[in-house]
Amino acid sequence: MAGRDERPGTTGSRGSRLLGCVALTCLAVLGVLAFVLTGPDVRIHPTTGEEFGQFDAVRMLYLHVPMAVLMYASFMLCAVASVGVLVKRTPWWDVMAHSAAEVGTVLCGLVLVTGSIWGRPVWNTWWEWGDVRLMTTLVLFLLFAGYLALRRTTTDPRRQERQAAVVALVAVLDIPLVNRSVAWWENRTLHQRSTLEELKIEDLTLFTLMFGFLTFGLVVWWLTLQRFRVGWLERAAIDHAVGSAMAERRSETSADELDAAIGVTDEQAGEASP
Amino acid sequence: MTHLGYLIAGWGISLVVLGGYGLRLARRGRSLSPLVPEDRRRWLASPGTDSD
Repeated sequence: MAGRDERPGTTGSRGSRLLGCVALTCLAVLGVLAFVLTGPDVRIHPTTGEEFGQFDAVRMLYLHVPMAVLMYASFMLCAVASVGVLVKRTPWWDVMAHSAAEVGTVLCGLVLVTGSIWGRPVWNTWWEWGDVRLMTTLVLFLLFAGYLALRRTTTDPRRQERQAAVVALVAVLDIPLVNRSVAWWENRTLHQRSTLEELKIEDLTLFTLMFGFLTFGLVVWWLTLQRFRVGWLERAAIDHAVGSAMAERRSETSADELDAAIGVTDEQAGEASP
Repeated sequence: MTHLGYLIAGWGISLVVLGGYGLRLARRGRSLSPLVPEDRRRWLASPGTDSD
Protein backbone atom coordinates (compact mmCIF):
# COMPACT_ATOMS: atom_id res chain seq x y z
CA MET A 1 0.00 0.00 0.00
CA ALA A 2 2.93 2.34 0.49
CA GLY A 3 6.13 3.03 -1.36
CA ARG A 4 9.59 3.29 0.07
CA ASP A 5 9.50 7.04 0.32
CA GLU A 6 7.32 7.56 3.41
CA ARG A 7 8.44 10.29 5.75
CA PRO A 8 8.93 8.59 9.10
CA GLY A 9 6.92 11.19 11.03
CA THR A 10 3.81 11.23 8.85
CA THR A 11 1.29 8.90 7.26
CA GLY A 12 2.04 10.35 3.83
CA SER A 13 3.84 8.67 0.97
CA ARG A 14 4.75 9.99 -2.47
CA GLY A 15 1.70 8.22 -3.87
CA SER A 16 -0.71 9.61 -1.29
CA ARG A 17 0.69 13.13 -1.61
CA LEU A 18 0.27 12.95 -5.37
CA LEU A 19 -3.26 11.63 -4.89
CA GLY A 20 -4.04 14.51 -2.52
CA CYS A 21 -2.70 17.09 -4.98
CA VAL A 22 -4.70 15.62 -7.87
CA ALA A 23 -7.85 15.54 -5.69
CA LEU A 24 -7.39 19.21 -4.70
CA THR A 25 -6.82 20.21 -8.33
CA CYS A 26 -9.93 18.32 -9.41
CA LEU A 27 -11.93 20.05 -6.62
CA ALA A 28 -10.86 23.43 -8.01
CA VAL A 29 -11.82 22.40 -11.55
CA LEU A 30 -15.15 21.06 -10.27
CA GLY A 31 -15.79 24.43 -8.62
CA VAL A 32 -15.22 26.20 -11.95
CA LEU A 33 -17.43 23.72 -13.81
CA ALA A 34 -20.21 23.86 -11.22
CA PHE A 35 -20.29 27.62 -10.65
CA VAL A 36 -18.98 29.19 -13.87
CA LEU A 37 -19.29 26.95 -16.90
CA THR A 38 -22.63 25.23 -16.28
CA GLY A 39 -25.87 27.14 -16.29
CA PRO A 40 -28.85 27.08 -13.93
CA ASP A 41 -31.67 24.57 -14.36
CA VAL A 42 -34.37 26.69 -15.98
CA ARG A 43 -37.14 25.18 -18.07
CA ILE A 44 -40.18 26.72 -19.74
CA HIS A 45 -43.61 25.27 -19.08
CA PRO A 46 -45.04 24.16 -22.47
CA THR A 47 -48.54 25.53 -21.89
CA THR A 48 -48.22 28.45 -19.47
CA GLY A 49 -44.79 29.59 -20.68
CA GLU A 50 -43.65 30.13 -17.09
CA GLU A 51 -40.10 29.39 -15.99
CA PHE A 52 -39.64 26.51 -13.60
CA GLY A 53 -36.85 24.16 -12.43
CA GLN A 54 -34.20 24.11 -9.72
CA PHE A 55 -32.50 27.31 -10.95
CA ASP A 56 -29.05 27.73 -9.32
CA ALA A 57 -29.82 25.22 -6.57
CA VAL A 58 -28.93 22.54 -9.13
CA ARG A 59 -25.25 23.39 -8.49
CA MET A 60 -25.59 21.67 -5.12
CA LEU A 61 -26.23 18.35 -6.84
CA TYR A 62 -22.69 18.25 -8.30
CA LEU A 63 -21.63 17.75 -4.69
CA HIS A 64 -24.58 15.97 -3.09
CA VAL A 65 -25.07 13.12 -5.60
CA PRO A 66 -21.38 12.03 -5.81
CA MET A 67 -21.11 12.08 -2.02
CA ALA A 68 -24.24 9.92 -1.75
CA VAL A 69 -22.88 7.33 -4.21
CA LEU A 70 -19.47 7.30 -2.50
CA MET A 71 -21.21 6.91 0.85
CA TYR A 72 -22.74 3.68 -0.50
CA ALA A 73 -19.31 2.59 -1.75
CA SER A 74 -17.65 3.27 1.62
CA PHE A 75 -20.28 1.34 3.55
CA MET A 76 -20.07 -1.56 1.06
CA LEU A 77 -16.29 -1.59 1.51
CA CYS A 78 -16.88 -1.71 5.26
CA ALA A 79 -19.22 -4.68 4.77
CA VAL A 80 -16.69 -6.57 2.61
CA ALA A 81 -13.94 -5.88 5.15
CA SER A 82 -16.27 -6.99 7.96
CA VAL A 83 -16.71 -10.33 6.22
CA GLY A 84 -12.90 -10.44 6.10
CA VAL A 85 -12.81 -9.78 9.87
CA LEU A 86 -15.14 -12.70 10.54
CA VAL A 87 -13.44 -15.10 8.12
CA LYS A 88 -9.73 -14.16 8.17
CA ARG A 89 -9.56 -12.48 11.60
CA THR A 90 -6.52 -10.37 10.69
CA PRO A 91 -5.92 -6.75 11.76
CA TRP A 92 -5.81 -5.56 8.14
CA TRP A 93 -9.50 -6.28 7.56
CA ASP A 94 -10.52 -4.76 10.87
CA VAL A 95 -8.61 -1.52 10.28
CA MET A 96 -10.05 -1.34 6.77
CA ALA A 97 -13.63 -1.90 8.02
CA HIS A 98 -13.22 0.77 10.70
CA SER A 99 -11.68 3.25 8.23
CA ALA A 100 -14.38 2.77 5.59
CA ALA A 101 -17.15 3.06 8.20
CA GLU A 102 -15.76 6.32 9.57
CA VAL A 103 -15.33 7.91 6.14
CA GLY A 104 -18.78 6.65 5.09
CA THR A 105 -20.39 8.13 8.21
CA VAL A 106 -18.80 11.54 7.55
CA LEU A 107 -20.16 11.38 3.98
CA CYS A 108 -23.59 10.26 5.19
CA GLY A 109 -23.79 13.23 7.55
CA LEU A 110 -22.83 15.59 4.74
CA VAL A 111 -25.36 13.99 2.38
CA LEU A 112 -28.11 14.64 4.95
CA VAL A 113 -26.99 18.23 5.52
CA THR A 114 -26.49 19.17 1.84
CA GLY A 115 -29.74 17.42 0.90
CA SER A 116 -31.58 19.44 3.51
CA ILE A 117 -30.02 22.71 2.32
CA TRP A 118 -30.88 21.84 -1.30
CA GLY A 119 -34.44 20.85 -0.33
CA ARG A 120 -35.29 24.22 1.24
CA PRO A 121 -35.32 26.26 -2.01
CA VAL A 122 -36.47 23.39 -4.27
CA TRP A 123 -39.08 21.60 -2.11
CA ASN A 124 -39.73 24.48 0.27
CA THR A 125 -38.87 22.31 3.27
CA TRP A 126 -35.71 21.52 5.26
CA TRP A 127 -36.87 18.06 6.26
CA GLU A 128 -39.83 15.77 5.63
CA TRP A 129 -40.38 13.05 8.23
CA GLY A 130 -42.65 11.07 5.90
CA ASP A 131 -40.05 10.86 3.10
CA VAL A 132 -38.83 7.28 2.90
CA ARG A 133 -35.41 8.10 1.42
CA LEU A 134 -34.67 10.74 4.04
CA MET A 135 -35.67 8.43 6.86
CA THR A 136 -33.77 5.39 5.57
CA THR A 137 -30.68 7.58 5.10
CA LEU A 138 -31.03 8.92 8.64
CA VAL A 139 -31.36 5.34 9.92
CA LEU A 140 -28.20 4.40 7.98
CA PHE A 141 -26.34 7.32 9.60
CA LEU A 142 -27.51 6.32 13.07
CA LEU A 143 -26.59 2.65 12.50
CA PHE A 144 -23.03 3.54 11.53
CA ALA A 145 -22.80 6.12 14.32
CA GLY A 146 -23.66 3.19 16.60
CA TYR A 147 -20.96 1.11 14.89
CA LEU A 148 -18.36 3.84 15.60
CA ALA A 149 -19.58 4.15 19.20
CA LEU A 150 -19.16 0.39 19.61
CA ARG A 151 -15.58 0.69 18.33
CA ARG A 152 -14.84 3.12 21.18
CA THR A 153 -15.94 0.75 23.95
CA THR A 154 -13.13 -0.76 25.99
CA THR A 155 -14.12 -4.41 26.00
CA ASP A 156 -11.96 -7.27 24.72
CA PRO A 157 -10.62 -6.00 21.34
CA ARG A 158 -11.08 -9.35 19.56
CA ARG A 159 -14.67 -9.60 20.71
CA GLN A 160 -15.27 -5.94 19.83
CA GLU A 161 -13.98 -6.52 16.28
CA ARG A 162 -16.39 -9.38 15.71
CA GLN A 163 -19.35 -7.54 17.24
CA ALA A 164 -18.63 -4.47 15.10
CA ALA A 165 -18.38 -6.65 11.98
CA VAL A 166 -21.83 -8.11 12.67
CA VAL A 167 -23.28 -4.62 13.27
CA ALA A 168 -21.80 -3.43 9.95
CA LEU A 169 -23.27 -6.38 8.06
CA VAL A 170 -26.70 -5.68 9.53
CA ALA A 171 -26.40 -1.92 8.87
CA VAL A 172 -25.62 -2.30 5.17
CA LEU A 173 -28.94 -4.08 4.68
CA ASP A 174 -30.38 -0.54 4.80
CA ILE A 175 -28.47 0.51 1.65
CA PRO A 176 -30.81 -1.19 -0.86
CA LEU A 177 -33.73 0.45 0.96
CA VAL A 178 -32.12 3.88 0.65
CA ASN A 179 -31.19 3.37 -2.98
CA ARG A 180 -34.43 1.79 -4.21
CA SER A 181 -36.84 3.75 -1.98
CA VAL A 182 -37.68 6.18 -4.81
CA ALA A 183 -38.88 3.27 -6.93
CA TRP A 184 -40.45 1.06 -4.24
CA TRP A 185 -42.28 3.85 -2.38
CA GLU A 186 -42.74 6.32 -5.22
CA ASN A 187 -45.68 8.06 -3.56
CA ARG A 188 -43.97 8.40 -0.19
CA THR A 189 -40.93 10.42 -1.19
CA LEU A 190 -40.21 13.90 -2.52
CA HIS A 191 -37.16 12.52 -4.32
CA GLN A 192 -37.38 11.95 -8.03
CA ARG A 193 -36.16 8.79 -9.74
CA SER A 194 -32.55 8.75 -10.84
CA THR A 195 -31.96 11.30 -13.59
CA LEU A 196 -28.86 9.37 -14.63
CA GLU A 197 -30.75 6.09 -15.13
CA GLU A 198 -33.34 7.84 -17.27
CA LEU A 199 -30.72 10.04 -19.02
CA LYS A 200 -32.60 13.27 -18.32
CA ILE A 201 -29.39 15.31 -18.22
CA GLU A 202 -26.81 15.73 -20.94
CA ASP A 203 -23.85 17.72 -22.26
CA LEU A 204 -21.93 19.86 -19.76
CA THR A 205 -24.33 19.15 -16.88
CA LEU A 206 -23.74 15.42 -17.28
CA PHE A 207 -19.99 15.94 -17.68
CA THR A 208 -19.85 18.07 -14.50
CA LEU A 209 -21.76 15.45 -12.55
CA MET A 210 -19.40 12.73 -13.81
CA PHE A 211 -16.41 14.92 -12.95
CA GLY A 212 -17.93 15.29 -9.48
CA PHE A 213 -17.91 11.49 -9.13
CA LEU A 214 -14.23 11.40 -10.14
CA THR A 215 -13.27 14.27 -7.83
CA PHE A 216 -15.04 12.99 -4.74
CA GLY A 217 -13.83 9.49 -5.58
CA LEU A 218 -10.26 10.77 -5.29
CA VAL A 219 -11.05 12.69 -2.09
CA VAL A 220 -12.66 9.63 -0.48
CA TRP A 221 -9.79 7.41 -1.62
CA TRP A 222 -7.28 9.78 0.02
CA LEU A 223 -9.31 10.02 3.23
CA THR A 224 -9.74 6.25 3.48
CA LEU A 225 -6.02 5.71 2.87
CA GLN A 226 -5.05 8.20 5.57
CA ARG A 227 -7.60 6.79 8.02
CA PHE A 228 -6.32 3.29 7.35
CA ARG A 229 -2.73 4.34 8.06
CA VAL A 230 -3.76 6.13 11.28
CA GLY A 231 -5.64 3.00 12.41
CA TRP A 232 -2.60 0.87 11.57
CA LEU A 233 -0.31 3.19 13.57
CA GLU A 234 -2.72 3.12 16.53
CA ARG A 235 -2.43 -0.66 16.65
CA ALA A 236 1.33 -0.59 16.23
CA ALA A 237 1.62 2.00 19.03
CA ILE A 238 -0.44 -0.16 21.41
CA ASP A 239 1.58 -3.28 20.54
CA HIS A 240 4.83 -1.41 21.05
CA ALA A 241 3.67 0.07 24.38
CA VAL A 242 2.65 -3.38 25.68
CA GLY A 243 5.90 -4.95 24.44
CA SER A 244 8.00 -2.19 26.05
CA ALA A 245 6.13 -2.48 29.36
CA MET A 246 6.69 -6.26 29.44
CA ALA A 247 10.38 -5.89 28.63
CA GLU A 248 10.77 -3.22 31.32
CA ARG A 249 9.02 -5.43 33.89
CA ARG A 250 11.29 -8.34 32.99
CA SER A 251 14.40 -6.21 33.43
CA GLU A 252 13.21 -5.07 36.88
CA THR A 253 12.66 -8.63 38.10
CA SER A 254 15.65 -10.71 39.21
CA ALA A 255 16.12 -14.33 38.09
CA ASP A 256 15.40 -15.62 41.62
CA GLU A 257 12.11 -13.67 41.77
CA LEU A 258 11.12 -15.01 38.39
CA ASP A 259 11.89 -18.60 39.49
CA ALA A 260 9.88 -18.08 42.66
CA ALA A 261 6.98 -16.63 40.68
CA ILE A 262 6.74 -19.67 38.44
CA GLY A 263 7.37 -22.17 41.30
CA VAL A 264 10.92 -23.32 40.48
CA THR A 265 12.91 -24.34 43.60
CA ASP A 266 16.60 -23.53 44.18
CA GLU A 267 17.50 -27.19 43.64
CA GLN A 268 15.68 -27.39 40.32
CA ALA A 269 17.27 -24.13 39.25
CA GLY A 270 20.72 -25.54 40.20
CA GLU A 271 20.12 -28.72 38.22
CA ALA A 272 18.97 -26.77 35.21
CA SER A 273 22.01 -24.49 35.17
CA PRO A 274 25.18 -25.91 33.51
CA MET B 1 -27.27 33.91 -9.10
CA THR B 2 -30.31 32.58 -7.22
CA HIS B 3 -30.05 30.66 -3.93
CA LEU B 4 -26.51 31.90 -3.34
CA GLY B 5 -26.76 31.58 0.43
CA TYR B 6 -27.84 27.94 0.18
CA LEU B 7 -25.02 27.18 -2.25
CA ILE B 8 -22.39 28.80 -0.04
CA ALA B 9 -23.75 26.95 2.99
CA GLY B 10 -23.88 23.54 1.25
CA TRP B 11 -20.51 23.73 -0.48
CA GLY B 12 -18.89 25.54 2.44
CA ILE B 13 -19.99 23.05 5.09
CA SER B 14 -18.94 20.09 2.92
CA LEU B 15 -15.50 21.44 2.08
CA VAL B 16 -14.82 22.58 5.64
CA VAL B 17 -15.89 19.23 7.13
CA LEU B 18 -13.93 17.14 4.60
CA GLY B 19 -10.88 19.42 4.88
CA GLY B 20 -11.04 19.45 8.67
CA TYR B 21 -11.39 15.69 8.80
CA GLY B 22 -8.40 15.24 6.46
CA LEU B 23 -6.33 17.65 8.55
CA ARG B 24 -7.30 15.83 11.75
CA LEU B 25 -6.19 12.51 10.24
CA ALA B 26 -2.85 13.99 9.16
CA ARG B 27 -2.27 15.45 12.64
CA ARG B 28 -3.24 12.19 14.34
CA GLY B 29 -0.77 10.36 12.12
CA ARG B 30 1.98 12.81 13.07
CA SER B 31 1.27 12.45 16.79
CA LEU B 32 1.18 8.64 16.61
CA SER B 33 4.37 8.22 14.61
CA PRO B 34 6.80 9.04 17.45
CA LEU B 35 5.10 6.42 19.66
CA VAL B 36 6.13 3.67 17.27
CA PRO B 37 9.81 2.76 16.72
CA GLU B 38 11.27 3.84 13.42
CA ASP B 39 11.49 0.32 12.08
CA ARG B 40 7.78 -0.18 12.78
CA ARG B 41 6.45 3.20 11.73
CA ARG B 42 5.36 1.86 8.39
CA TRP B 43 1.95 0.36 8.04
CA LEU B 44 3.38 -2.44 5.96
CA ALA B 45 4.68 -4.14 9.12
CA SER B 46 1.77 -5.95 10.77
CA PRO B 47 1.19 -4.99 14.40
CA GLY B 48 1.83 -7.92 16.71
CA THR B 49 3.95 -9.82 14.21
CA ASP B 50 7.24 -7.95 14.63
CA SER B 51 9.65 -9.04 17.30
CA ASP B 52 10.83 -6.36 19.70
